[in-house]
Amino acid sequence: MKTIHTEDIIKAVEKIAVEANYYLNSDIYEALNRGLEQEESEIGKDILSKLLKNAEIAGKRNMAICQDTGMAVIFASVGQDVHIKGGSLTDAINEGIRRGYGKGYLRKSVVKDPIERVNTGDNTPAIIHYDIVEGDTLKIIIAPKGFGSENMSALKMLKPSDGIEGVKNFIIDTVNNAGPNPCPPIVVGVGIGGTMEKAAILAKKALLRPIDIRNDIEYVSTLEKEMLSKINDLGIGPSGLGGRVTALAVNIEVFPTHIAGLPVAVNINCHATRHAEAVL
Amino acid sequence: MLHEISSPLTKEMVKNLKAGDTVRINGTVYAARDAAHKKMIELLNKGMELPFDVRGQIIYYVGPCPEREGQVIGSAGPTTSSRMDAYAPALIELGLLGMIGKGLRNDKVIEAMKTHSAVYLGAIGGAGALTANCIVGQEIIAFPELGPEALRKLQVKDFETVVIIDSYGTNLYEIGRKKYNRA
Repeated sequence: MKTIHTEDIIKAVEKIAVEANYYLNSDIYEALNRGLEQEESEIGKDILSKLLKNAEIAGKRNMAICQDTGMAVIFASVGQDVHIKGGSLTDAINEGIRRGYGKGYLRKSVVKDPIERVNTGDNTPAIIHYDIVEGDTLKIIIAPKGFGSENMSALKMLKPSDGIEGVKNFIIDTVNNAGPNPCPPIVVGVGIGGTMEKAAILAKKALLRPIDIRNDIEYVSTLEKEMLSKINDLGIGPSGLGGRVTALAVNIEVFPTHIAGLPVAVNINCHATRHAEAVL
Repeated sequence: MLHEISSPLTKEMVKNLKAGDTVRINGTVYAARDAAHKKMIELLNKGMELPFDVRGQIIYYVGPCPEREGQVIGSAGPTTSSRMDAYAPALIELGLLGMIGKGLRNDKVIEAMKTHSAVYLGAIGGAGALTANCIVGQEIIAFPELGPEALRKLQVKDFETVVIIDSYGTNLYEIGRKKYNRA
């Protein structure tokens, strides 16, 4: 049994909230540089180089990569041998978000009620997904989610007879309909299987995997590559102004499902695909 | 083609801007997004005056990050314009001549743009830190209670944008996509 104090959790969340918003991860840097070589459109190349420059400025000046610093999505893996002292874990995570978004000069983008729409002023509450796992560590991942891309995401309950072709069509249709809105080049997270909400969470979790690593399952890995190639044939291009580099990667996760179902969720991310983690 | 412009714009100036042209803006643009637009339209519906005279002006769809001490503004890239489609035609009818944002517009907005000679400019989505470099002044002029969504008067210097939809309805998104589509 390990005891973790909520004050340490608050500090850790504060730190990763700021890091995720200021610093572009190395896999994205590399993908943007590769994209710069592949892009045929002049304006597309110009945009990709400006996105690289933007990341450099953000990192150097401690500024957010993007003004939409997102709703704070948290994946917390809680070891079953961990004892949390000092209060509730959920409160600690939200306090970390409050401090990180406040001290980090990040935008407060959360409204208290979806209809009444009054800003909470501190970017809380976070969206928290808990997993209970073996061991005595607490791992917290933050993935701030901007809504330019979130709004272009979609979920569909396909029929088993729709098969893999149905899945492919839904992924391509979703990206095609999104067009320039989610700030291409995008990263596409896909969840296939489970139930309605499981597919959506899988799609979001898929976006946490480094974009240069393919799924272990062979047919899924093949599907990821095929979808990336098809998406980049759409011609949407950087900022949607036409070009070859529409997506940097497609990450897909699968899960067992019901004999009657084939849920598919497509969660679109902007190029930054921000995430950072802390292990306590 | 590169154009250097500053507000207030005239219809003649706008008619010279063609889809795909680069437009470098100096001077005033107004920052407004969802909640500020809703409030402005509510004022109009009540027969009241808007917080600023929209005639000849440019609205930038943005909700910036807070600024640090010594900084003019935090990250300040464009937000998705389509959420302002419900409000834009009424402002264009009143004389708004420019909008800066990212993403698609609906037919009603494009029709209003053609009728009243307005232009839709694109800034780079996801380059908020870079864009903040071009903003040299900001002042909240209305709705401060909206926080990041307050109505702001911004001063910009060499703010580079691209004409996405011109006042003739030509759309760079469609042209660009057609050119590179091989699906």
